[in-house]
Amino acid sequence: MSWINKILPSIRSGNGTGEGTAAKQRNSVPEGLWRKCPRCEAVLYRPDLERNLEVCPKCDHHMRITARRRLELFLDPEGQVELFADMEPVDLLKFKDLKKYKDRLSAAQKNTGEKDALIVVEGKVKDVDVVVAAFEFAFIGGSMGAVVGEKFTQAVNTCIAKRLPLVCFSTSGGARMQEALISLMQMAKTSAALARLREHGLPFISVLVDPVYGGVSASLAMLGDINVAEPNALVGFTGPDVIRQTVRVKLPEGFQRSEFLLEHGAIDMIVHRKDLRDKLSSLLAKLLHI
Amino acid sequence: MNPNYLDFEQPIADLEVKINELRLVGTDNKLNITDEIQKLQEKNRKLTEKIYSSLSPWQISQVARHPLRPYTLDYISHIFTDFDELHGDRLFADDLALIGGVARLDGRPVMVIGHQKGRGTKEKVRHNFGMPRPEGYRKARRLIAMAERFKLPVLSFIDTPGAYPGIDSEERGINEAIAENMAMMSTVRTPLIATVTGEANSGGAIAIGIADHLNMLAYSTYTVITPEGCATILWKSAEYASAAAEAMGVTSSRLEELGIVDSTIEEPLGGAHRDVAAMSASIKAALIEQVDRLNGMDMDQLLERRYKRLMGYGISH
Repeated sequence: MSWINKILPSIRSGNGTGEGTAAKQRNSVPEGLWRKCPRCEAVLYRPDLERNLEVCPKCDHHMRITARRRLELFLDPEGQVELFADMEPVDLLKFKDLKKYKDRLSAAQKNTGEKDALIVVEGKVKDVDVVVAAFEFAFIGGSMGAVVGEKFTQAVNTCIAKRLPLVCFSTSGGARMQEALISLMQMAKTSAALARLREHGLPFISVLVDPVYGGVSASLAMLGDINVAEPNALVGFTGPDVIRQTVRVKLPEGFQRSEFLLEHGAIDMIVHRKDLRDKLSSLLAKLLHI
Repeated sequence: MNPNYLDFEQPIADLEVKINELRLVGTDNKLNITDEIQKLQEKNRKLTEKIYSSLSPWQISQVARHPLRPYTLDYISHIFTDFDELHGDRLFADDLALIGGVARLDGRPVMVIGHQKGRGTKEKVRHNFGMPRPEGYRKARRLIAMAERFKLPVLSFIDTPGAYPGIDSEERGINEAIAENMAMMSTVRTPLIATVTGEANSGGAIAIGIADHLNMLAYSTYTVITPEGCATILWKSAEYASAAAEAMGVTSSRLEELGIVDSTIEEPLGGAHRDVAAMSASIKAALIEQVDRLNGMDMDQLLERRYKRLMGYGISH
């Protein structure tokens, strides 16, 4: 790490010839081996970043990660079984905007290697049996359509059938517009499923991961018995740009960040990525009398 | 341009002007004017019929937001008797964008809730253009829970541009308010009937929209996002609102095909605002039939049916 620190100032200074040099250096960085922190712009060595759970060692920024990586970081390595992996989206409305929804789906599937934006795995976290769902933000913005709603509901049903707790890592732009009203109905469907989970006395921990907005935020993501957020995650119903256009005032500092949510009573705690396994397993164990 | 007519209705407005002019002339000269007026009125009816028989989804979206469109309080005064408005969420404030109270439907005691947009600038501001803050949804939740205790069916009227996109809304947890309403309504032990009367957009609509029976007025719309919002995001310009309305299938006929809407209530010729009394009578007749049918069902069965409906959304069985 230390030698990176030495080259960093010259990259970031931007004085005199620095600017051009920095650009050149950035361009000459081998694909995949380096990554720039989107917050502090530090250039980070990939293997170091991975070891640090994709959290910037400089500014502690929690980077966006894939659903697979999320599950890998969270669950005990042994005993993982993926559930409902075959479920595939159907373009019921034959929706077409500038592109066909069908083509957007194929592109997203090719890009992410996933069939849709939610992955469900049954496994253990520090020996506590659990069903974990994770949103894939790279799949059409982690948007919720029929498959996401159905998989989430089936995850709840599995919890009820096997008396297991549920954890969901939400990161999503909201309802999937290309599925129109069907996507809106997934808010009702997932909320109703969680109401059943409550009736069965099984815990649901909702983990809010940057960013969570719209229909996902206004349904399953806010219905945790315990709501947890990663540091500095953006979470809200309406996106800041739309709010700014509507009310035409400057938004308060830190608006819709995890710290703002904690202060306003929307979440129970902010947990650093490296502590999620310990914290959630400990919470679940208490709620489950383990 | 007559502001009380939408752009595609202007030919109707022009004819109306002619008819009125003739009426004025008629007071001086009684010769044959009545015949001429009758002819023009017949022509006007046919023209309205023609225009309204082939409205596009975007035109229907405009009728749904027509400036003269009846709002929840208009329907309440026509459909129910003995309405007592109940106020406040008991936590923070009273939100007049979402109103509610107890009333009688042809004698039967019921709980009524609904968005209220308001007419005229002052009233619009008072009702926040029908865009509720968290308090509105929490008031609705309180009233629905009360309805369960006193075995009152809940009749909701949906007509909102969406939940209020403001700083205070976010500070007080608009997302949580919407989510908890849906969770609660899915298990509440009383019949729920929802009627979309105007525009039903996004989470702000579905937050009072879980129902055992869902009605839509013929020229109302129900959608995940306004056509303009959808067009801005997917087409990169609000000018494509018409295409977005088309693609999203926002109308009752399309949504009935998808099995989301149970019934469409026909509107008077030219839309609900042309004859509020007739519109209200149709809604009233439908609600009476639905309340009696659902009241007659075993509660466990009704809840199981509601749950199955919710679980069936999006999955083709």
